[in-house]
Formats: sequence, C-alpha cells, structure tokens
Amino acid sequence: MEQKRKAWLVLADGTVLEGESFGAQGTSIGEIVFTTGMTGYQEVLTDPSYYGQIVTQTYPLIGNYGINLDDMESSASHVRGYVVREWCDQPSNFRVAMDIDQFLKQQNVVAICGIDTRHLTKKIREYGVMNGAVTTEYDRLDQAKLQEQIRAFSITGAVQAVTCQSAREEKSEKGLYRVVLMDFGYKRNIVRSLNSRGCDVTIVPASTTAQEILSMHPDGVMLSNGPGDPEENVGPIGEIKKLFDHGVPMFGICLGHQLTALATGARTTKLKYGHRGANQPVRDLARDRTYITSQNHGYAVEGETVDPAIGQVSHVNANDNTVEGVRYLRKPCFTVQFHPEASAGPRDTSYLFDEFIAMMEKEAE
Amino acid sequence: MPKRSDIKKVLVIGSGPIVIGQAAEFDYAGTQACRALKEEGLEVVLINSNPATIMTDKAMADKIYIEPLVPEVVKKIIRLEKPDSILPTLGGQTGLNLAMELAEEGFLEEQGVKLLGANPETIQKAEDRQAFKDTMLAIGEPCIPSKVVEEIDDALAFAQEIGYPVIVRPAFTLGGTGGGIAYDPEQLREIGSNGLRLSPITQVLIEKCIAGWKEIEYEVVRDRKGNVITVCNMENIDPVGIHTGDSVVVAPSQTLTDKEYQMLRSAALNIITELKIEGGCNVQFALYPNSFEYAVIEVNPRVSRSSALASKATGYPIAKVAAKIAIGYCLDEIPNAVTGKTCACFEPALDYCVVKFPRWPFDKFVYADKELGTQMKATGEVMAIGQSFELAMMKAAISIELGMETLTLPELAAKTEEEVIQLLHHADDHRIFVVYEALKRHVSWDVIFEITKIDKWFLAKFQKLADMELRLAGGDDSEQTYVQAKKMGFLDKTIRRLTGKEIKKPMLAGYSMVDTCAAEFTAETPYFYSNFGGDNEAAEYIAHRDSGKKKVVVFGSGPIRIGQGIEFDYCCVHCAWALKEKGMEAVIANNNPETVSTDFDTGDRLYFDPLNPEYVKALIETEKPWGVVVQFGGQTAIKLTKFLKDMDVRILGTSADAIDEAEDRERFDELLERCRIPRPVGETVFTTQQALEAAERIGYPVLLRPSYVLGGQNMIIAHGEKDVREYMAIITAHELENPVLIDKYMMGIEAEVDAICDGEDYLIPGIMEHIERAGIHSGDSISVYPAQNLSKRIQDTIVDYTARLAKELKIVGLMNIQYVIYNDEVYIIEVNPRSSRTVPYISKVTGVPMVDLATRCMLGERLRDMGYGTGLYPVGDYICVKVPVFSFQKLRDVDTQLGPEMKSTGEVLGVAKTLPEAIYKGLVAAGYKMKREGGVLLTVRDADKHDIVPIADKFASMGFTLYATGGTALRLNKNMISTNAVRKMHEPHPNIEDLIESGKVDYVISISQKGRDPHRDSVKIRRKVVERSIPCITAIDTARVLADCLSLGEQVEDIEVVDMTKI
Repeated sequence: MEQKRKAWLVLADGTVLEGESFGAQGTSIGEIVFTTGMTGYQEVLTDPSYYGQIVTQTYPLIGNYGINLDDMESSASHVRGYVVREWCDQPSNFRVAMDIDQFLKQQNVVAICGIDTRHLTKKIREYGVMNGAVTTEYDRLDQAKLQEQIRAFSITGAVQAVTCQSAREEKSEKGLYRVVLMDFGYKRNIVRSLNSRGCDVTIVPASTTAQEILSMHPDGVMLSNGPGDPEENVGPIGEIKKLFDHGVPMFGICLGHQLTALATGARTTKLKYGHRGANQPVRDLARDRTYITSQNHGYAVEGETVDPAIGQVSHVNANDNTVEGVRYLRKPCFTVQFHPEASAGPRDTSYLFDEFIAMMEKEAE
Repeated sequence: MPKRSDIKKVLVIGSGPIVIGQAAEFDYAGTQACRALKEEGLEVVLINSNPATIMTDKAMADKIYIEPLVPEVVKKIIRLEKPDSILPTLGGQTGLNLAMELAEEGFLEEQGVKLLGANPETIQKAEDRQAFKDTMLAIGEPCIPSKVVEEIDDALAFAQEIGYPVIVRPAFTLGGTGGGIAYDPEQLREIGSNGLRLSPITQVLIEKCIAGWKEIEYEVVRDRKGNVITVCNMENIDPVGIHTGDSVVVAPSQTLTDKEYQMLRSAALNIITELKIEGGCNVQFALYPNSFEYAVIEVNPRVSRSSALASKATGYPIAKVAAKIAIGYCLDEIPNAVTGKTCACFEPALDYCVVKFPRWPFDKFVYADKELGTQMKATGEVMAIGQSFELAMMKAAISIELGMETLTLPELAAKTEEEVIQLLHHADDHRIFVVYEALKRHVSWDVIFEITKIDKWFLAKFQKLADMELRLAGGDDSEQTYVQAKKMGFLDKTIRRLTGKEIKKPMLAGYSMVDTCAAEFTAETPYFYSNFGGDNEAAEYIAHRDSGKKKVVVFGSGPIRIGQGIEFDYCCVHCAWALKEKGMEAVIANNNPETVSTDFDTGDRLYFDPLNPEYVKALIETEKPWGVVVQFGGQTAIKLTKFLKDMDVRILGTSADAIDEAEDRERFDELLERCRIPRPVGETVFTTQQALEAAERIGYPVLLRPSYVLGGQNMIIAHGEKDVREYMAIITAHELENPVLIDKYMMGIEAEVDAICDGEDYLIPGIMEHIERAGIHSGDSISVYPAQNLSKRIQDTIVDYTARLAKELKIVGLMNIQYVIYNDEVYIIEVNPRSSRTVPYISKVTGVPMVDLATRCMLGERLRDMGYGTGLYPVGDYICVKVPVFSFQKLRDVDTQLGPEMKSTGEVLGVAKTLPEAIYKGLVAAGYKMKREGGVLLTVRDADKHDIVPIADKFASMGFTLYATGGTALRLNKNMISTNAVRKMHEPHPNIEDLIESGKVDYVISISQKGRDPHRDSVKIRRKVVERSIPCITAIDTARVLADCLSLGEQVEDIEVVDMTKI
C-alpha cells in the first residue's frame, strides 16, 4: 500500500486537525468556508468566486465522478485549499478525464482529506468564517509564524486577480442581442446561458469604463459574480453607476448584484458564514413563489439601505430573510444574489435570463 | 396561501393489508397524515382493513373504520360520514385506485366530496400508460419506446417491431405484479397473457428493454402555488431491470455529475408541474451510462415506499408535508420541524451516505424462484446511514438479520472462480454477495461490469471492503488497519475472528445527527446514526437537554419479514408513547425506514442503526438508560436479551431468565411440569439420526422446528421418515446453533391468548379461536374473537393455565400462549414471553390498550389499579375475524398450501355483530370476490375426503358446477354429489390445466399430502391457480367456512360498517 502523506488543517483559533494529503504539496492560507452541495465539486473548484478561500465540502464523498473537460466554470481553480472527508481514487463516469487528485495537483491546490468535515462545519457555523491553512509541512515549519500569517490573512485584490486581461467575444448561434459581460470572475455558464438565448457576449475586464462599454452599443450589460469584499471595487462601482444612470438594461449576479447596490447608495455587510450550496430557498416576492437556488456568497446587501425611491427588494432568502435580489424602479435593471446560471446547482431560476432578454427587447422598442 | 377554508372533514383511505409491494410505509405515511390533519383541527375519518396498523388507533382519527377496502363500503362510509374531502394519495396504490374509481363513476361529485392532493385527470395521466406517454411527449420528456396493448397479438406485433427483449408492465397493479421481461415470442405470450389478466383494465405496456441503464429516482414535492422541490434523489446499485423495491439503493446518487443530477432533477420538476400534483410524487428515470440520454420510467403521483425511504434518509417528513399541502398550505408556510427555524421549502443536504437493502422471504420459501426482475419480491427493507458508503453498506448487511457480518456469504467459499462468475449472471437475492465474492477473488471489474452492469464506482467500493477483509484475514492487526476497518463498518467481533487476535484499543461508535442541512444550521432533530472516529452529537444533545427524566430504550423489530411484521412496530410505538406519558424519555432504536417507530418525533430520540450487540453497546454507553424494553420488538429485540443482561442493563418487564425459561426446551418442560400443564410429547435433537429415533418413539405425524423461532420459520409436519430426512437436510445446511424440536402433532382446535401481567395479577383481553385446526400456523389461520366453540370448562382451563404460567414465570408485560384442544383436553403448544402478532387487533376490538398497560406494569404499576380489572376481560358486543392475506402471486414457485410454517404477509379484520357477518367482511377485505356461481375444482388428499363431502354438497346446492380429480370425484359421485371428473396434470389433454385455463373455475380447493417442492403436480396446479387469480383454499376448515359464508347470501352492499372508536 502506498504510504499516505500527512497534511494538516490549521485554524486561526489554534485548532490543528490532522488528515492526509492529496492534491498539491505545500502550505496555503485562506479563508475557510463550507459548501453543502452534494454534487458539483468540479464547478466549485473552478468557480472564481472562491478566490482566496479554503473550501470545505460537507458531503463526505468527493471526486466520485472524477473531473471532465466540459464542466469547468473557468480555466483554472482559484480556491486556496480544499478540505474533504474522503476523495475517490476510482472515479466512474463516461466523461472522466482525470481524477480529482490529478486535477488539484495540476492546479496546484493543496488539499486535505480524512477530516471530520461535519465537526469543522459546525465550528465555522458557530464562530463564523475563519482563516486557516492547509499544509503538508506543519511538522517542518515555524508554527507560530504560520499562525501569525493565518491571522494576518485577508482577501484583497480578488477581482483584479481573477478578471480577464482583455476583451473577448463569445458569439451565439442566432446573434439576436449584443451583451457586454463585466468580468469580476464570471462563471462560464453565465455566458452559456446568454449564448443559448441568442446573445453574442463580449467579456470585458473589470476595469473597463462605462464609456468603453457603451461605445460597444450593447443591448444589455451583464454584471458577473466574483470574489472578495464588494466595497473594495471602487472603480467598477463608479462605472456601474454611470451605466445605471445611462439606462442600458442591466442584470447583475452575486458580486454584480452587490456592486449595483453599492453604486446606487445601498450598503453591503459580511455574513457570519455565508451561503454556499445548492439548496437555498429564495422567495421571489413579485411572483409569490419560492425557488431553490445555487449560492456562493459571503456578503449580502443590507435591505434597509436600499433607497425605496431607487429600488426595491425583489427576492429574500427564505431561511434567514437576507436580501437575494433588487429590482430597480426607474431604470431597466435587476440583480440577484444567487446564481440563476446554476452550475453547480438547480436551474429553477434560469427564467431570470429570459427576463433579461425581455427587458432588452422592451428597451430596444 | 393558508389552509383552505372549504375543508373541514377529511376521509383518509389506508392501503389495507401488508402485501409485497405495499408494506408498513403506508402506515407511516397515513399516520403522519392523520396527525398533520388533526393538528389543523380537521375532523378525520379513516378507513383501512388492516388492524395491525398504528393509523387505525383510536387517537389517530375521529372516526375509524376497519372495513373492507372495496368501493361499496367506501361509498357507504362517505354517505354516512359526509366528509367534504378525500385524501387518496397516502394510502398506496390501493387508496389511489379506490378514490379514482369513485371519482370516475361520478360518485364523489354527486356527494360533493373533493379529491385532495391530485385530481383524477392527473392520476389518469400518471397511471394510464398511453396518457402518461402522451403527457411526457407534450412536455418533451423522453420515454422508452412502448405501446399499450389490450390483446396479446398486438403485443407480439409491437415486440417484433422494436425487437426483443421487451418488458411487460400491466396497468394498475401493485409493485408491478404480473410484469416481466420477455426474450422471445413464446415468453411474451406467457407473461403478456398473465399481465393482461391481472390488470384490472386488461391493459399492458410493451416496452423496449433498457436493462443495464442506471436507475435513478427523485422524490419531488409541489404545492398549489407551484413551488417545487426535490427532497432526495436515489441511485439503484442494481441497474434498470430489477424492481427498485428489490434493488440495493443508495442516497444521494453517487455516480452522477452535477449536470446529470440537475438534468434529471429539472425533468422531475417539469413532470410534477405538468401533472399539477399537490403533494408528493416519485419519478423514476433510466440514465444511459455513456451519454446524457435518459428516459422517464415511471411516475407515482402519491407517496410511496421510496418517499418513506427518502423521508428517513433525509429527515424531511414528506407525508406530513404532503398532507398539509393537500389542505391548502404552501411549502414556504410550513415550518421545517428539523431546524425549527427554516421552512419546508428547501432541499435537504446530506453529509452522509444512505444504503437501503431489501429483505426477501427466501429464507422461509426455500423453493421460491429467487430471480429478481420487474416484479418485486422483498417483504421489507432496512436502511443504514454512514459517513462512508462502506460503513453504510456494512451496517445494512448486518441489519437484514441473515447472520452476515460482512458481505461474505459462507456458502460461496466452496465455489470455483468459474462458478462464481457463472452465478453473476443470476440477478437473485445473493447478487451483491456474489459480486463481493468475485472481487475477493480478483475477478476483473470489466468482467463483473459486463455481466451485472453495476457501476464501477460501486465495484470499487466493494473492492475496498473485500481487500480489507482479506487484509484482516491475513492477520494485519495494526492500529492503522483497525481504525480503517472500523470506519468501513467491520465489527470488533469480525476483526477478532479474521485476524485471530485481540483488539488492543477497541473503538466505540459515536453519533452524528441527521439534520437535513449538513450542519449548516443548528438543528433540533433527535435523530442519530453511529460513526467511528467523529463527534458524539447524541451525547452532546443529551447533556444539553438534561430533562432529569428516566431514560428508557425501546428496541424495534428491524425489517418486515414473514412472521415479524408491522404489528411489532405498533407495539414499539405504543410503548414509546406510554413511556412518554409516564414521564420517561423514550429512546427508539430501529433500522426499518418504512415504519412509524423510525419517525424522529415518535420517541424522544431515535437511533437508526443495526440492532446487533456491538451497536447496541455503543448506544447504551451513550444513553446510559435507566432501563430497556425488549419484549415489543419481536425476535429481533428478544435476541438482545442475554447480551443486555450481561452488560448489566436493567431489562424492564419479564426477566431475561424467564425469557430463557420459556424458550429453552428443557427448562420449559420443567416449568410445565411444575405448573402441571400438559403439552404434546416432544424431544430435542441435533442430528438426523436422533430425529428419526425420536420421531419413532413419539409416533408420526410429528412436528419439527428449530428452537428460537418466529413465524414458524422452517417448521414442518412430518408424516414419515422421508419427511424427517428431507427436513433435517435443509435445516442442517445452516449453522445449527440451537437444537431442533420434535413434537407429537395433535390435530385439534387451536386457541390463543395474549395476557398482560404485572408479576402477580394478569389480564386476558380475550380468547381467540382459530378456524383451521392445529397444523396451520396461527399467523395463517383465520382467527375469531371471542372464541365461539370452546366450552366454559375449556375456557376456564385456558385462563387457569395462563394464570399459572404468568405467575410461575413472573411475567411483567405481555405474553402470548398458544393452546390446542385435543379430545376435549387443553394442551399448551408454546409460550412467547413477549408481544405478539395479535396484540394490535385485540387491543382495538376489546378496547384494552394492551401495550400501554403492559408498559405501565413494567414501570411497576399494578394491573388492579389501572381500571381494566384482572382475569378474563368481559366479552364485548362485536365478533371479530382476522383473515390472513398472502403475497403468493409475487413469489413464483412457492407452494400456497398452508402448513405449520407461516406464509402470510398481512392480515385484515372483519368486525360485526354476528359471526357469519364478521367472516363475510373478513373474506371480502382479504380480497375474496365472493362469487356465488360458476365452478369449483376439488382435489383433496385421502385424509380429508370424508370431510369434503358436505362442503362439496353445499357448493353444489348453491348451483356451482363441481370438478374434481379422480379419487375426489369418485368419492363425491358415490355420495350423490354430481361431479365432473378431471384428468390430472400428467394425463392427456384436456386435463386439469386446461380446465383452470378455461375460466370455468371460480374456486379451487386443493389439499395435498405433500407440497413445497415446485416440481410436484399439486404445487404446479396451485401455482397456476394463483397466477390466474382464482381463490385457492388449502385447508378443509377454510373451505367449510367459505362454503357456509357463501351460502348465507350476504351482499357487499349490505355490510354494516362499524366505527371502531365507538367500541
């Protein structure tokens, strides 16, 4: 039997959990979060919104169907570390290209298995998100120094780290609409969702100005998801304000939703341990319906700070009543905190893309 | 949207007797529904023919009718009770079909009764094959190429077109009854004709066979606003081709990517949305393993066995939520009982893996065709939860109680590799164990996959278990290996046996909580499963909520099997309720996902784990209970007695020693000696030689059975030496831990009592008398309460003997005694120092809450203070007849001839003012059509030829045409009863087979000297009769009762219904 290498998960509160190493070797510090999705680990690993975070899977059996080449949500993994109870060395699925260990090694993600992830999840639930490190060198390195680094860690410059460097177009088959996607760390399924509805999508870096965007004469602007503290994105917030005032149809998802709120005068706040998973119930207040949504966010818009003259809360989380969507009143703009593009997770709210199309149609008239 | 204001009084239809394909899960669903409705202040009227259920308990509904589930009776109750609504989606296929029938004929509309949960069009769309296909087509959901046919020729033509093999699925039948896979026209002719006959609308679906695709199920819930959720998805380890009820199932799915998972999830939601179901629904898919191609196999527009499993697997109470939705609530208004904070409109996230394993009756029906296919054969199932697949799988294997500790089936050890590979081709009850054996021998995954189509992910997991077993057997006793083995579910006992070494640092299990949310929120669910090497959340929970109350653990009865059915769950649940009422904390331990006992709010805490010593030990260490109860969980719980006693745990009620005294043959004999109670002479033997000698001494016929039995398992009447040899050969094939008992067989009247005892006083709620004479298992006999033919002297003797035994054994709680009255003397047959099958129904018909009183006795209360008196309880105004119900149609090659070994799966009750009326109701409820014209075929053994004459005469005088085989015909004709002689099976055509096929026969009375072996003509005939759905009587006493009953001319319309709450 192959000798198993040790690995450690070191938490900011001093807890050290011992497990086994898989994926890359080394030490990686990040913010520890957990996600409750039972499928979709590949999408999680490639979702840029996890930038700077060490992701814990609450589902104990990870890697069952391996990694395939189609279900990437971006070209690389942005997680800072990966924590599972058990990973599968014998994956089975017709699309398997490699096992999860190979993928993590390829992406240089330090991962640990053999961890009581339920215990860890309860800890995060009680104390809130916490910094930590996954390391394969705990027995060799300066432990006090590591602890210091862990405490000092914060996610900064997240959007800059994951956004594209230059604009790029993804054409659709029908070419009915022209959409500019501001890339704060977009998930590919946003583009796929737009393409399949006949939108040619131009993906632009987060630093693109409103003027540059408007000069492309888009039918609509899509504000993508992305990582980090929304308030940090001072530049993009300003540009979004201009786009908003201009009146181009806009649809924001996740970070795009938060940035729009900030641009229109509302505030955001950090949640204790966020929403990450594929089972979050969200109430669509206008439709009087509750949908199961895919989510991945640590910050939320404070509902009471949304100026009723500008916008109104359109969606709330049925579990904790946090804001899940805002519909703006005088401008053709709506945003949601959850992920209608799914991947991973339920597709029940994909109708929002249709609403975006309808909004573009209406504005064009 | 809140509760609808137009609903005030709801009729709930139950699912009737337990049969294969429709088991305890509907008692669970019905009970949850009734409670949910009552909670809303609605008046609930309940009808169910099954008296062993919890739902038919006084507290469950305002009006309770234990009546035949036939349209005439339901109509009568509707006219009488005038409910404004009817809830048909929680009573299985039976409840749904009944409601549909009433809706279709316009009766419900005429009476102003609304159908809740689903409308007739919906049910039609889901249940009628063609309508279903059209609906799926309309919403773009793919189906398997198929065609509905009503003629066998059309079936053959279509099969020609799409190519063999094809699957035959009869419309509107339970658990796929009458279906099967046909590989050629000849097979299609046979299976197709049979299916057409069994379908109430003479319709079958001929479908392209997609055996080998993955079978995936989704449990979906929808409300009237259109909110939809999936509670759980499940993956069958056995691919399409084996009925999901007979498959090993895992939840959630393991081999699906998110794309596949979401594709099927969206499809399931589209379907429930299109069908506009308000409540729960089960959708089954076939997924091609090498692409995204899928097909919808089936939709059940109601709660089902799978939804019970999904509820227990996730903690999400589907039936309760479905009931609330049916009366108007929406998902986002119903609180999540688990977290107490969130709402029911969410999808559970699991942080563990669940394995369901079926329990088949083949240990009892050794001659049954064990091949698994589209027709379900399992009587019950177990569920196991673990943080790894390996652990869950191993727990499941232990929980099915077939004496297995790992997936190693000892009998396979002697097979060669070729033989093992050959066995892989048989999808039977041993399939998984054969796969495991093959893996142990390093047969390649490709070979195994090619034959079984079991996904390689599962093979890899089984391989890990096999490798570990081999490693341990190689003597590896390192600590690292031990810890790994524990996390994979190996028992200490097994590890010791395999390594041959003692364990240095034994690990004891801790517990994790089932919380629906993977620990995302703090949960309130007192629902636990064991883990190795994790937190002990149960201990934390107990420490946090120390109520100061005494804790009592009630051990459940495990999977439903023949001889240990739902009645034990009834007893466990009532015990838990009684304990709570008495200020105790009731803790339930069980592993059957179909039951009320494993609902997390039945007791104060629930442990879902194997009921074997090691797991029980961990539970006791965590709970540190004040006492435990073993007498309500059937043999499963009783078996734990010695272990618990050795652990120094306080066993409430009858002492472990007394239990042993009643079950150990020698001690029992001494006991009877002391009490001066006669019993049929008998001896104890271990070998065939001893058995033959003993039988010689006692004199034939003799009764043979293993000691420590339940449900007459492996019990036969031997008429000669050959029978003894055959029996001993079968029984000694298994490990012979306990001896075999040989008794003189006395063919007398059987009587039975259950008694509640407090150590000094006793209370007998009633004496039951069996219609069939001794020799037929009590569970298979028609039983009458109160006894009709026992003299005062005999009854007094029975009471006296019962009292003596209760005192001598110092019984505290329940006991059950069976007597035989032979030549006007009372003999004792057996004493069971525990609850019995008859407790629920006797409790209901006498009004004596037996389990409640028994539990109070165990806590030290005195019977005389309880208000029900002592001695024999006075007889009430009603006569009750319990009629057994069988599942023979689903078990090919099983002889239907009744004998000392129990064969029934369920029971119904007929309650009336007079005996004939009660019998009539019982028979109707059991499914007899009570036709009063047509033909009767008689073929009886010599011993019964004398007795058959008056019975045949009765049939003849009613105008029936009589047919009989040689000897019987001769005897009847000699007695001036004109009878058509029929040639036997091996004689030239037309013979008895042709007669049965002809449709001229409406009743068959077939009693043969021997049976069992499916190659015998008598057995073949009875099989043919059963497959043609012709009532087949195999005991002379049953035949007499049937003839008497028919001759009275009672009509279903005349049935007088009885509200059980008024008794």
